[in-house]
Amino acid sequence: MSGYTAHFKVWRGDVKGGGLEDFKVDVNEGEVVLDIIHRLQATQAPDLAVRWNCKAGKCGSCSAEINGRPRLLCMTRMSVFTPEETITVTPLRAFPVIRDLVTDVGFNYTKAREVPSFVPPADLAPGEYRMMQEDVDRSQEFRKCIECFLCQDTCHVVRDHEENKSAFAGPRFLMRVAELDMHPLDAAEASGLDRKRTAQEEHGLGYCNITKCCSEVCPEGIHITDNALIPLKERAVDRKYDPLVWLGSKIRRRGADS
Amino acid sequence: MATDTGTDSDTDPDPDERGGVRTRTRAAIDAPHLRTDRWWLAPAATAAGLLAFIVYSTWRAFANADYYAAPYVSPFYSPCLADNCAPMRNGPNADLFGSWWGISPAIIILVFPLGFRLTCYYYRKAYYRGFWASPPACAVAEPHKKYTGETRFPLVFQNLHRYFFYAALLVAGILTYDTVLSFRDEHYNWGHMGLGSLVFLLNITLIWAYTLSCHSCRHIVGGKLKHFSKHPVRYRAWQWVGKLNARHMQLAWASLVSVGLADFYVYLVASGAFDDPRFF
Repeated sequence: MSGYTAHFKVWRGDVKGGGLEDFKVDVNEGEVVLDIIHRLQATQAPDLAVRWNCKAGKCGSCSAEINGRPRLLCMTRMSVFTPEETITVTPLRAFPVIRDLVTDVGFNYTKAREVPSFVPPADLAPGEYRMMQEDVDRSQEFRKCIECFLCQDTCHVVRDHEENKSAFAGPRFLMRVAELDMHPLDAAEASGLDRKRTAQEEHGLGYCNITKCCSEVCPEGIHITDNALIPLKERAVDRKYDPLVWLGSKIRRRGADS
Repeated sequence: MATDTGTDSDTDPDPDERGGVRTRTRAAIDAPHLRTDRWWLAPAATAAGLLAFIVYSTWRAFANADYYAAPYVSPFYSPCLADNCAPMRNGPNADLFGSWWGISPAIIILVFPLGFRLTCYYYRKAYYRGFWASPPACAVAEPHKKYTGETRFPLVFQNLHRYFFYAALLVAGILTYDTVLSFRDEHYNWGHMGLGSLVFLLNITLIWAYTLSCHSCRHIVGGKLKHFSKHPVRYRAWQWVGKLNARHMQLAWASLVSVGLADFYVYLVASGAFDDPRFF
């Protein structure tokens, strides 16, 4: 398909107000939405603010909403739209706007700090860590996260309820808790930190109603709900809601989650 | 040129009162969503499908009739645990509830598969989206002012899913027995097969696949472990269940349709509307 002129609506403004602005802009074969935003900057709106970096879907900077769907600007090909289609680009709608397409994603860094980090095993020195591949497969899937925060943006728990932001860590950081709880060498439990319990009590796992939007928007294709959130919910059930597991852990010396 | 989708915080009502995506600090966009695709189709189809099954199964569960035509017993009435059950030779009868149980015996047993499906992680997604619009679709604003998820009564009871899974294993075992019994003729002689036997075989295969693909099953067989390398057998089991689990949604629907179909087949045969074609 050769080039054509597309109709774009781009949100412009800041925290005081703003609106969708119309643009007619050239599109060439093989381009992505970020290319068009850059063309707008170069030709029509030199002060248009947009956050971007790698242009390869690996830095997680250019998160925005395209036709109402949370996506990376650099990974959304123009070929998925018809030439007649109006393409609407807005900033992430779950976070405070700074200017134009740039939002303040500080909420996510606050939540990141609330998750206690990896607890090194007491009997191993750095360099002595040995892990079997099958023991780290699960965590490695979660390590693919590029922290674009599209999952945090689309999660209705905070997107539609600002008041839940204090209690709910969001899918990205519940996945982090799951990653650490599944880590073969994490010694949190030995140090008195029960990640299964804190997932529910401190990071708001119970708010998640597993409607899978986080998995749908993840540009890395991480199965956040099926492989992190639901397994973490089941682990929380082991701790808080299942008397049989509790009884078993009292009878047997070896922990049920060895 | 800016269009009128934005709001000016100096003149309009306080957007914080509307909350969600219209919170004052967020990009000023009045529309609850800007999606242009047919986002409503999936939740609408899901709600319609579930509603159709609810209507059908309610009718059949309370009908208390046409649920047994030797050698077939409807999966809605198996096991039959009351005195008022139709006599089934070598069938899944056990008069545990006695004669005081006056209504349909299906109600006794349907509680368990119903509870299993109601608390299922897939069906939760389906009905939270389809019926409760929480959310109706991704990045489409939900209509509720408050949201506490599964942190409080009654939804905190979703955490009991694994107990319904245990019950579902027992029910699947009994339905397997029913399937074996279907390889008899109407005079209870073994070594026969009819179209109903095939329907039962298909149903029990899908019921087992759905039951074993359960997320709680995946956790119990191995997901709860920290070190797979120390438990190679459970690791293999977890991998196997994981493969099934990836198809949990499809299996949920397929088994829902098949269990309804198996019941409807028995209804047709028992009511005389259809003669079970016998293969041998």
